[in-house]
Amino acid sequence: MSNVFVLADFSGEKATKTTAELATAGARIGAVTAVVLAESGKGAALAATVNQGPIANLLVVESADFAKHGVPAVADALANLIKSKSPAAVLIASHAFGKEVAARVAVLTESGIITDAVDVSADVTATQLVFGGSTTVHSKVSHGTPIITVRPNSIEADLSACSPAIESASVEIGDAARLSAISSSKPPVKGGRPELTEANIVVSGGRGTNGDFAAVESFADSLGAAVGASRAATDAGWYPHSHQVGQTGKTVSPQLYVACGISGAIQHRAGMQTSKSIIVVNKDPEAPIFDIADFGVIGDLFNVLPQATAGISAKKS
Amino acid sequence: MKIAVCVKQVPDSWAEKKMVNGLLDRENVDAVLNDLDEYAVEEALRIAEAHGGNEEGGANTVTVISMGPERATEAVRKALSMGANDAILITDAALVGADALATSSVLAKVIGDGGYDLVICGTESTDARMSVVPAMISARLGWGQLTFASKVTVDPAGKVSITRVTEAGVDEISAAFPVVISVVEKINEPRYPSFKGIMAAKKKIIEQRDLAAVGVTPQSAWSQVNDATPRPARAAGVKVTDEGSGGEALVNFLAEKKLI
Repeated sequence: MSNVFVLADFSGEKATKTTAELATAGARIGAVTAVVLAESGKGAALAATVNQGPIANLLVVESADFAKHGVPAVADALANLIKSKSPAAVLIASHAFGKEVAARVAVLTESGIITDAVDVSADVTATQLVFGGSTTVHSKVSHGTPIITVRPNSIEADLSACSPAIESASVEIGDAARLSAISSSKPPVKGGRPELTEANIVVSGGRGTNGDFAAVESFADSLGAAVGASRAATDAGWYPHSHQVGQTGKTVSPQLYVACGISGAIQHRAGMQTSKSIIVVNKDPEAPIFDIADFGVIGDLFNVLPQATAGISAKKS
Repeated sequence: MKIAVCVKQVPDSWAEKKMVNGLLDRENVDAVLNDLDEYAVEEALRIAEAHGGNEEGGANTVTVISMGPERATEAVRKALSMGANDAILITDAALVGADALATSSVLAKVIGDGGYDLVICGTESTDARMSVVPAMISARLGWGQLTFASKVTVDPAGKVSITRVTEAGVDEISAAFPVVISVVEKINEPRYPSFKGIMAAKKKIIEQRDLAAVGVTPQSAWSQVNDATPRPARAAGVKVTDEGSGGEALVNFLAEKKLI
């Protein structure tokens, strides 16, 4: 049976659910080896958190270069492991870091690359939703080792416990991967809310908030949701740009998306229309976003949201 | 300093896009300079202006580099009208359908031959949205990678420091010349081309090169589209008007669908 690499994905010092999602897709192709690239002395502790999903083996590499040089060092190590172990495919999380690692690995191993897959089949065909989710595309890599990045939250993870065999490896990291030096790293400010692209529920605010996101945030918190914003809202400086959902911002595909005071220009729809359910709250009955809503409330978000927030809190208690 | 900016002409991000024979239909849509590349052009101009300017015979030059059909001169011209000095457009029939690997190999060859100190890109194009070309160029050239920058500080003696912002957090990274930089949206406020800038851009040189002139053998795409199907449009669902109980109706819908 062939061997598939999954680059284990961590948040802080713990494997993410995305790691299990990648393994779930990888196990359709072959036996999954999760590659754990850790700081010196941290390998065993990180590896111990990779304990969910159909993972047969862990390949653990420790190097001080990963934290010091970031993407190029990680890519160099992964490329060297690919050259020595010849996996049938390599699956990597599709976030900024993962896509850049995949980019360099594709160059270093002379392999084709597919990004933002939402599914991967046993014959290594990747499914992508392109043009803002309006078109489904199936594609395959035709040269080298398929390097595929998979969007977090798009594959239902097999979260059963695993106890993979652990192998330690040492890898040469070349000088070209050590040209940029990281002098400080700060984790993202979480504020207690889930990450936008990984959240099951996203509540977004737009022009209709008039700059006041309090009602949107309270409603999001009652649902344990992430908060997003339209480009109009981030352009106006009402909400941080990192929360922008849309063509030039993040693409989200949660179980539930709640659009509040957002008209629904194609720019915004491109970032959210593959959500499983969509709820809209908007004063303007003609807002185009109603066309894609499973449930729409024509009304002022400052009246509707607080009432809904109270209703959810009441149901919880 | 010699600064290069990579730009791409893309279908207007407000337009509906379609696939034809496994490729994006670029013929029948309005084409514009990729939104996110405007920040790269602006950042290049600001860096030049902060260190002696890029007027003719000045301390710095800003060269726009693009790959695309002849029609891409429009997008290149926009970057020139913002204030870049000159441009190179790589156009060749063999590049139709080029993937990110082929694109980065062509761009890297042109950049490597040009003797630049800095290359600045946007983080992604609004059509393919892969975010991989800057990292690929860096890997191909063996230059430092300073990507997803929300702040760029250049020491003309030969060093660049950036603040990298991604979902993984905030990093401070630096590297010696030459480097590949990508800048995030909102790093700056791109200038509107002035009338003077637009007039001046008409006289600026866009050097066209084919693959032979670049010195790269055409490489076919290393991934293929098997099929592309438009997804069915979402049907509109239930719509209620808030007459005092809109929030409750919303909660009931959530409960019905087992979303709470």
